[in-house]
Amino acid sequence: MTSASRLSAAVAGTSGVEPPSVGGAVVFALRRDLRVALRSRAELGVELLFYVIVVSLFPLAASPSRAVLSTLGPGVLWTSALLASLLALPRLFAADFADGTLEQMALARGPLAAYASGKMLAHWLTTGLPVAVLAPLLGAQYALDGVALALLAASLLIGTPILSLLGAIGAALTLGTRGGGSLLALLVLPLYAPVLIFGAGAVDAARAGLSAAPQLSLLAAGLLLAVVAVPFAVAAAVRIALD
Amino acid sequence: MPAAAALEARSLAATRGDATLFRDLAFGVGAGEALTVRGPNGCGKTTLLRILAGLTEPAAGEVRWHGERMHVGDPRLRAAIAFNGHLAGLKDELTVEENLAAWTALDGDGADAGARSRALAGAGLARRAGLPARALSQGQRRRIGLARLALSRRRLWLLDEPLTALDTEATTLLADLLRRHLDAGGTVVAASHLPLPLPPEHGAELDLAALREPARSHASAA
Repeated sequence: MTSASRLSAAVAGTSGVEPPSVGGAVVFALRRDLRVALRSRAELGVELLFYVIVVSLFPLAASPSRAVLSTLGPGVLWTSALLASLLALPRLFAADFADGTLEQMALARGPLAAYASGKMLAHWLTTGLPVAVLAPLLGAQYALDGVALALLAASLLIGTPILSLLGAIGAALTLGTRGGGSLLALLVLPLYAPVLIFGAGAVDAARAGLSAAPQLSLLAAGLLLAVVAVPFAVAAAVRIALD
Repeated sequence: MPAAAALEARSLAATRGDATLFRDLAFGVGAGEALTVRGPNGCGKTTLLRILAGLTEPAAGEVRWHGERMHVGDPRLRAAIAFNGHLAGLKDELTVEENLAAWTALDGDGADAGARSRALAGAGLARRAGLPARALSQGQRRRIGLARLALSRRRLWLLDEPLTALDTEATTLLADLLRRHLDAGGTVVAASHLPLPLPPEHGAELDLAALREPARSHASAA
């Protein structure tokens, strides 16, 4: 059998054409990005190590008193989480832009916003989630009590997806620009400020003996809003970058 | 004169910066027809393909698919196109098989694992299926693109320099794929500075250089 006829035999093996559902498109992009991330584990390790080191530097520099450390703790842990999320942002779209994957996604059957959602979810699973899991362990260095550590983890679990979503807007807007990395930081860090305020505020409230519910509720509301609105903004930004 | 062309360009214009790449470009390509866009580097071949694909907004004019005007990102156009550009969309970290699976998933062609491995074998990549794409040569990377086209059920193939880095055997494969696609009523627009391996009756050509405005020398003199 010639290779040409084998190739055409392959055509006969294709089954019916079905447009992918929105969920299918999200899962496709998620699985693809997670697979790529697993194959380049070194990069993932760098971001988490960065988080661990930055958080561990502050107790060395500041006074070793428990009162000072436990006051500093929530802010430091949250700011470091924000920087770790930022560090991983260029990876979110830049490689897919450079190798033509985004172009193929923009031309695919599924909605571009769904593919972008899968990518953002992968970003959170590989940066935000590990950071939230590590935070209570690292928080022990800051003499935070059990309630504060639990609230720290909870606020990070709700807050870090917002960081991934907001960051994705910046990452998509800076596609194809020169010096995109530093521009990205300038664009995204101010947007992160409200998340930081409510996230660290939740832990502070708990330490002062108040309820953290208002801060957590506001964070959750922000997350819901971002989940609904951001994918469309990102898809629009990617289309502009591809034009 | 054929009835409505499958793909039609009406007074298209494209600019890059201040320079006009082309203007008042009009053509139609019917079902079972191929159009080769010729011209030197930088004359707007790729831009034209991107406009036809609905990736780039033309400076003027419109693209019609089966008589209906298409906009940037139009779902009807997205359901019809297979676009093989300069950037193949290959991920270095993924294997050849995973890359092909990702393409067919994006195209929504519903090819199963058996069909994919037959397509890879047909493209001469059977023993490379498990290798990461970064281990492939340029020609082998293009061959994954051929396997994708073999599985594609898209009506409109937009090919950017499809002959680049292909050896004789792969060129024969491409010729076979093109012929089958056209026989099945498909449409092809290819940007290529080399003649495509097509039978003469499909040899319609568009030379962008001949349409070009002599605006550049004017601008530099001013």
